[in-house]
Amino acid sequence: MAFSLLRKSAVDVPFLAVLAVITVLVPLANLALPESSPLHLSTYTVTLVGKYLTYALLALAVDLVWGYCGILSLGHGAFFALGGYAMGMYLMRQIGERGVYGNPVLPDFMVFLNWQELPWYWYGFDHFWFSLLVVALAPGLLAYVFGWLAFRSRVTGVYLSIITQALTYALMLAFFRNEMGFGGNNGLTDFKDILGFNLQSDSTRAALFAASAIALMGAYAASRLVVESKLGRVVAAIRDAENRVRFLGYRVEQFKLWVFVFSAVLAGIAGALYVPQVGIINPSEFSPLNSLEIVVWVAVGGRGTLYGAVVGAVLVNYAKTVFTGVLPEMWLFALGAIFVLVTLLLPEGLTGFWRRKEQAA
Amino acid sequence: MRPLIFGMSRWCIAMLIMMMPGLCNAVAEPGGPFVDALARLKEAPLTELGEAVDRLAETKDPRVAPVLRALLDGRLYYRKDDGSVVFGDPAEDGLAIVNVLDGETLGIVGKFDLKKVGVNNALRTSLRETLGRLELTADDPVQRLKAVEAMSKSLDEENLELLRARLNTETDAKVSEAIETALALADLSSDDKAVRIAAINALHGSLNPDALNRLNQLLEKDDAGQYLEPDPDVRHSAQVAVKSIESKLAVYRAAETVFFGLSLGAVLVLASIGLAITFGVMGVINMAHGELMMLGAYTTYVVQQLMPGHLDISLFVAIPAAFLLSALVGIAIERGIIRFLYGRPLETLLATFGVSLFLQQLVRTIFSPLNRSVATPAWMSGSLEINGALSLTLNRFYILMFCLLVFAALLQVLKRSRIGLEVRAVAQNRAMAKAMGIPTERVDALTFGLGSGIAGVAGVALSQLTNVGPNLGQSYIVDSFMVVVFGGVGNLWGTLIGGFSLGIANKLLEPYAGAVLAKILMLVFIILFIQKRPRGLFPQKGRAAEA
Repeated sequence: MAFSLLRKSAVDVPFLAVLAVITVLVPLANLALPESSPLHLSTYTVTLVGKYLTYALLALAVDLVWGYCGILSLGHGAFFALGGYAMGMYLMRQIGERGVYGNPVLPDFMVFLNWQELPWYWYGFDHFWFSLLVVALAPGLLAYVFGWLAFRSRVTGVYLSIITQALTYALMLAFFRNEMGFGGNNGLTDFKDILGFNLQSDSTRAALFAASAIALMGAYAASRLVVESKLGRVVAAIRDAENRVRFLGYRVEQFKLWVFVFSAVLAGIAGALYVPQVGIINPSEFSPLNSLEIVVWVAVGGRGTLYGAVVGAVLVNYAKTVFTGVLPEMWLFALGAIFVLVTLLLPEGLTGFWRRKEQAA
Repeated sequence: MRPLIFGMSRWCIAMLIMMMPGLCNAVAEPGGPFVDALARLKEAPLTELGEAVDRLAETKDPRVAPVLRALLDGRLYYRKDDGSVVFGDPAEDGLAIVNVLDGETLGIVGKFDLKKVGVNNALRTSLRETLGRLELTADDPVQRLKAVEAMSKSLDEENLELLRARLNTETDAKVSEAIETALALADLSSDDKAVRIAAINALHGSLNPDALNRLNQLLEKDDAGQYLEPDPDVRHSAQVAVKSIESKLAVYRAAETVFFGLSLGAVLVLASIGLAITFGVMGVINMAHGELMMLGAYTTYVVQQLMPGHLDISLFVAIPAAFLLSALVGIAIERGIIRFLYGRPLETLLATFGVSLFLQQLVRTIFSPLNRSVATPAWMSGSLEINGALSLTLNRFYILMFCLLVFAALLQVLKRSRIGLEVRAVAQNRAMAKAMGIPTERVDALTFGLGSGIAGVAGVALSQLTNVGPNLGQSYIVDSFMVVVFGGVGNLWGTLIGGFSLGIANKLLEPYAGAVLAKILMLVFIILFIQKRPRGLFPQKGRAAEA
């Protein structure tokens, strides 16, 4: 795949502009317009689109490692879920005495399990800033340790893909255990408010939507800077010919590790924005199928473009929403078909397809 | 309490013997010593009953023991109208009777149609003795063993006498051992210290659960911390004996863990061996591999539904059927999708994952998302009892054997057949093989078919262990890939050893860490293992390694 700067950055400005317009207009259409207006957006829609945007951010993270560095991670759902759990723990602590058992310190599930005091790793989550720190640090550290181990011993290709899948699978099993202290099967839910604002209120929902959109814009811009920097060039070179880059004297594993950790942090932020909007985080977010779906979003949109990942995430999830509403049993058929058709017929995804057409025209 | 327990255990023996096939159902011949003796028993006045019993016992007919047992329990009757001797058991109105001679059920009759064959107390004692001797001298050692086991539950002087006498003439090692254990258990409560110590020593290494209990009782302390057993010598020997028993138990427990590990390993090997072939030859990860196993499991289910009366042989039909079905689906996947994606392993992974979702949903649509239960044939259920501490479940045992069989067959195919040669050639160097005239495309399709077919066969085996559901395959794909990576790609022996060692390690960890944590630890271990040996336990050497 040739790497052309012109072609891609030409999309950046309109893309960011569209996002910025959405950021302003969607909350306005929800809050300022009366419900009778044809342009009014329901809070449900706002939250749904907000969810898509966090998925888009997650897809962006996967595109960074897969599209630009050639690392097919089948475990990005784990980083997403870790960020989500960090945010969930903060929201859990905000419930305070309003839980079913009314315990001021312990979350409901701990009271239920007869725990007497808060485990040490829950300390600090009553502060928002601390949770934000963990949202970035937990996935980042995991990615650092895992990536360091994997890249150092030159685990590549399908091997790497499968051990990333094993990673998220192992974490899923671990988080299902009640003894872990993360709510086991049920995960964390029944959140009440964030930073003192009621999570159910329209304005909070709109603010969360705006936060997601802004985070996506920021991440997009940052990722664009990264891939167009010298570092980004080396990373793309690693994707195309890893051994040559190594022979040229670059420390390949360092570059890979850097991108991998950055991508994991983005995924964690996406998870942290996702949880307050959907109101629950549980271990099924770690399931290998989720991580594979992310990869499909990127594949559908077209990898190695950044905006393709965003387009793919929104399109596929919209399709999922429609399908699971109308023909729930057909969704897996459709998803399976997307997997096969995209890899066979659209190796560069939808955006690549359009680009081709434009060039031909 | 004692008489009650006594009676109960007697009753149990009677039931056991009655249930022995072929005993009660023996065809009655007209006349013969047994019939004569039985007639004598019925007619004899109480004073001559003892003699009649002895005569009956002398016939050595297998039907004697149940008759005497019934006589002792007061369930022996004869019919007033035709004089036939019957067993009678209280039923709702009257007595349910069974012919003594041929075991035929004769229905329920009123109390007044029957006459009980009565005994007195003096006779009871001698009757018990005769009965015990009779059962202990049965020709079948299994029956003798059962008699000893039943007797050791109620060790009174009579029984002990019988057992002692039997020990001198007993030829079967297992029965003698059981008698010795029973005698030693009885001697434990003797007054003579020397006898007790001798008894304790005789219990060294015994796997009888009673033995361990009784010995532990000797070592117990009361609330004040004083030993209940005052004699220190007895305590000391008891301690030694307990230690020897426990170390023996530990050995058997370890053996059992290893067996469970091997059986889990067998499942892993079956699941991953097909994957190893396709991955080794084509460098392709088939994420639908687990679903091909699922297809095999559902084939078993369908075959069983199609031939409901022939459960015992249905598996032998299911194995080739599952192989064919999975192989055909596999070839279709290869021809339809994978062939276009060679050289792009990551895309192949995604596409085959799509296929796996598709197959899962297909099965869900056809068979419903609920689990289907596949019946286990009679010859596969039950367990193989090695001794009191170790028994191996038969289905796992057969699956272990089956796994080795499949492995050996596959090895032979790869080693000796033409297609095997071609497969190995393509795996080593695709371009060179093609240059030498090997039709690589055909080889690819057949290899994929072979690997998929084995997945189907693995599914048949799996259906005997777990429920068959749409998610059956999903849980195995990560595990089986781990086995392949651990063992080394392109090496079947590596897969075998990898599968078994992971299985055993998993089962060894389980008691300490719990099933889930054990699995997590294994995954972490493999991730760390790849650090040290990125190409697995048995890496391919030479140019083939440079993928």
